[in-house]
Amino acid sequence: MAELQEFWRWTEYTWNNPDIDWRKAKRIAAGIDVGSVSSQALILADGQIFAFSNLRTGSNSPDSAHKAVNGAMKDTGMELSNINYSVGTGYGRVNIPFANRAITEIACHARGANFMAGPKIRTVLDMGGQDCKAIHCDERGKVSNFLMNDKCAAGTGRGMEVMADLLSIPIKEIGELSYQVDKEPAPVSSTCVVFAKSEALGLMRSGWSKNMVLAAYCSAMAHRVSLLLGRIGVEDQFFITGGIAKNPGIVKRLEKELGIESVKTKYDSQIAGALGAALFADTLLQKGGA
Amino acid sequence: MIANYGYKDGSGEFFIAIDTDKCNGCGDCVPVCPAKLLAMADDEYDPLSEKTVVTVIEEERKKIKYSCAPCKPASGRGPLPCVAACTPGAIAHSW
Repeated sequence: MAELQEFWRWTEYTWNNPDIDWRKAKRIAAGIDVGSVSSQALILADGQIFAFSNLRTGSNSPDSAHKAVNGAMKDTGMELSNINYSVGTGYGRVNIPFANRAITEIACHARGANFMAGPKIRTVLDMGGQDCKAIHCDERGKVSNFLMNDKCAAGTGRGMEVMADLLSIPIKEIGELSYQVDKEPAPVSSTCVVFAKSEALGLMRSGWSKNMVLAAYCSAMAHRVSLLLGRIGVEDQFFITGGIAKNPGIVKRLEKELGIESVKTKYDSQIAGALGAALFADTLLQKGGA
Repeated sequence: MIANYGYKDGSGEFFIAIDTDKCNGCGDCVPVCPAKLLAMADDEYDPLSEKTVVTVIEEERKKIKYSCAPCKPASGRGPLPCVAACTPGAIAHSW
């Protein structure tokens, strides 16, 4: 029997900076972002990014948190007891046993974006696994206005995973393929993932190519998100965090719709939440917490 | 900071916007809400501040269209109790 391929599956990985010796660091702070789809843990040594992991969330928040933090500490010799202060964030934040404090992911994403893309960032869009947040922040990464849509999974990473699976296309290739069409099709009209899936099936039966369906789905998602951003207003500079930021099929269409380019950085967009949490942990540690 | 609590769906936008810079933490709005949607809490979106501000209770955020409906009859509405009770003018409704 042929092996079942899971098209929605994206790569899990861990990273650490071999140039930093954590044993010499005075402050070790960790941020753990247990999201609805992915979990990240990030460790700061004296305010420098030392290590992080980016894994899938399991069905159990404490397990996912342990897995993430152990992933980040892998091959470094560090143990949980070496971390001076840790902050949990994301959907599972109240359920992380070793975290000293839980902070909402909105504050963390703004802070993380501020670190990743600089103090000029005013608008942050977090396209997560199960919700979408539009955040306006000031030059210190403090939230000044935000809007969250978590009532519906359309326009989120999970919606994209469902589409990847339906069309049997690896999720990483969706962005590229959605541009390989002769003419940009009209967006799918459904806003619901489940209905969008049946609409996509219908379109394929009527002779649309997979790429056409992807293009229609990506532009529907971009349009939906741009409406959300419209409520808080998009101000320069604009930054996208979360897994969808890696999908050019959505990002470029959204930029076109908004008429503004988003800032790109060398960092992985998925770690923004964990990075923000770790930065808060570092600040709280300096204030004399723990 | 303006915190928008609520949601947007096919039937419209339903948000209670609370300006935490204007909110003075008096708590006058909490008892006047007939649906008991409001509560005083630490400012969860600014973890480094110690200020206590009003928030919409988390479990209520996804149904405010229905919870707030009794204060907004189609036959014309008077001042909303929460908005009227707020002396600094920190509470606003989007619908």
